[in-house]
Amino acid sequence: MQWTKKDVLDIESLSAEEIGLILDTAFGLKEISERPIKKVPTLRGQTIVLFFMEPSTRTRISFDIAAKRLSADCVAIAAASSSIVKGETLIDTARNLEAMNPDIVVIRHSSAGAPHMLARSLDVSVINAGDGMHAHPTQALLDMMTVREKKGGFAGLNVAIIGDITHSRVARSNIAGFIKMGSAVRVAGPATMIPPGIERLGASVAGNVEEAITGADVIIMLRIQKERQRRFLFPTEREYSVQYGLNAARLGLLKSDALIMHPGPINRGVEISPEAADGPFSVILDQVTNGVALRMALFYLLAGGARHADTD
Amino acid sequence: MQIQIKGGRVIDPGVMDTPADIFIEDGRIAKIETRRNDSEPAPFTDSGPEDVTVIDARGLLVVPGLVDMHVHLRDPGQEYKETVETGSRAAAAGGFTAVCCMPNTSPVNDSAAITSYILDRAARCGLVRVYPVGAISAGLSGEQLAQYGDLKSAGAVAVSDDGKPVSDAQLMRRALEYASGIGLAVISHCEELSLAGGVMNEGEVSTRLGLPGIPNAAESVMVMRDIALSELTGVPVHIAHVSTSESVEAIRAAKARGAAVTAETAPHYFTLTDEAVNSYDTHAKMNPPLRTEKDRLAVAAALADGTIDAIATDHAPHSQIEKEVEFDLAANGITGLETALALGLRLVEEDVLSLEQLFAAMSKNPAKIIGKPCGLEVGQAADITIIDLSAKYLYSAAKDRSKSRNTPFDGRELKGRAVYTLVDGSIVFDLSKDT
Repeated sequence: MQWTKKDVLDIESLSAEEIGLILDTAFGLKEISERPIKKVPTLRGQTIVLFFMEPSTRTRISFDIAAKRLSADCVAIAAASSSIVKGETLIDTARNLEAMNPDIVVIRHSSAGAPHMLARSLDVSVINAGDGMHAHPTQALLDMMTVREKKGGFAGLNVAIIGDITHSRVARSNIAGFIKMGSAVRVAGPATMIPPGIERLGASVAGNVEEAITGADVIIMLRIQKERQRRFLFPTEREYSVQYGLNAARLGLLKSDALIMHPGPINRGVEISPEAADGPFSVILDQVTNGVALRMALFYLLAGGARHADTD
Repeated sequence: MQIQIKGGRVIDPGVMDTPADIFIEDGRIAKIETRRNDSEPAPFTDSGPEDVTVIDARGLLVVPGLVDMHVHLRDPGQEYKETVETGSRAAAAGGFTAVCCMPNTSPVNDSAAITSYILDRAARCGLVRVYPVGAISAGLSGEQLAQYGDLKSAGAVAVSDDGKPVSDAQLMRRALEYASGIGLAVISHCEELSLAGGVMNEGEVSTRLGLPGIPNAAESVMVMRDIALSELTGVPVHIAHVSTSESVEAIRAAKARGAAVTAETAPHYFTLTDEAVNSYDTHAKMNPPLRTEKDRLAVAAALADGTIDAIATDHAPHSQIEKEVEFDLAANGITGLETALALGLRLVEEDVLSLEQLFAAMSKNPAKIIGKPCGLEVGQAADITIIDLSAKYLYSAAKDRSKSRNTPFDGRELKGRAVYTLVDGSIVFDLSKDT
């Protein structure tokens, strides 16, 4: 199949075939990062803007490295150094960026829907690197890449997502993605953090962590995002860890080939214990490695892959 | 100066629904002449005495002037969004002969000076009647009572902290008591802020979009509180912009007990649901938020059984500066003056309401709540709206008389519109002469 989309805004707007193409492309590009000289000229002359209106280290660096390995010129803008702090609106900032003719704008923003607003008003490609509590499609895609790498596919897999589902864009995008690819998804966490109508998105709600992880092929632990906490959602980190954390005792319930994943950064000892994060089930660092390949794949497809394919 | 409205179907809710001609002299209704045979409209000629204007109302509906008891005219303070004049123009074009403007202007209308300013502006443009609503609390601060006596003397018809709830229950109790002594209606914006804290309805759609939600209970718990305070004090309370099925249930039960509670809803609550937010459309953002289909149906049913007394637009003009931004940062509210009538008529088309019920909810009922006369009776001021029920048109926000364009109904096909609006016997809107 051929890539035709201008933007990657959320998982819901991608077809299973498109997700397959992205993952195929990412697996093809992964080897570049293992070479002694980790760079190909594919996107030479292309300009990519990383427009990060919310703090991020891992995701921004992952995009940055992905761009550089494809020889694209990459500029990162952070909220503190942008004109937004001078009162410029998001749309105006984006139009000014566009006037400098970049090829792709990667945006992270604390407002859900901000990337969609940009995509509607800009002609350049927009990649959503996380918008509020809404979507984090590149994280879900790299999670799916990691699962496909370890499990060979998605059909019939049970995926458990544990933690603060309400405030998690990772949870939303993974629910949409794994269900689209044929897996079953169940969620568990404090009832204060299970959003209404989650079943209508296709996920089932487990009564407790034990029920959710027993028989699961993939366990995605979510970070307790303290910066997004409203009051009264859980009493203490200690109790959260006891009730909902993935600890040594709960590891005994896992299938022998289960995968433990986490979008990072982890709160060691809160939602995940060292035994779980560092033990044999963990593929947390594989996720990070795959993240670079996955983002290279999106750049490749959006910035010229399809056009190259046309002329080949 | 005489005006004759001839050949129309005249509906005065609770009084008449009949083919009749209306004769207006010196701004008042001088005579209503019922025609015997509906199939034979009175012989019509437009050649009469020079000083008589004859309006050909054949095929049209003639009703008491529509009353919108909940608008924001943004004047003084935010004239780039709306002024008394532009809002009045939109009101007249929408068939309204009177509007109640909420006090959250800048400065807040908590004084005789601001009330007088608004009335002065309204008199200067000479279009529709503008009834100022004063603040419940001084400066909308929620801390102490505004000076209701001053407000009333200057011409305010009611008090409300609209846009904000009165969070302090004791303040609300005292506002009801004090306002009853002065003779002002109390209009309550019901929202429990500690529960609200979101930007759209809480439910499946907010979960999908990752937007923080406002649960139905954020509204209904305060509706229940205000009903209790009304029953405690024996003073009527009016609930603004009802959006949830739970509020409807609470009001229905209170009315059954004989409580002096009245309520309004806005056209968007019986027309749209939270699905309208799907593309992060800030023109679907308002407070209270668009709810679910269950709530939409409950609101419509409440209009049908009289639980909700009035349809009011909550006309809330905002410029693109407030709306072309991230969804969670966008201002709440949409315009409504020029779309309300057609959206109300959809309920008639869908057999939810009769024409008589619709026009009661859009004229006589709100007028009664604010204590103003309304109706087609001989001797009354001739505030009259003449409507073409069958007119189909594409509504264009760009052509709206409001200064603002923030509406989710832009480009919608609407059916039914005002063709003439008369206030005090003067034609303040004539579709045929409108550009």
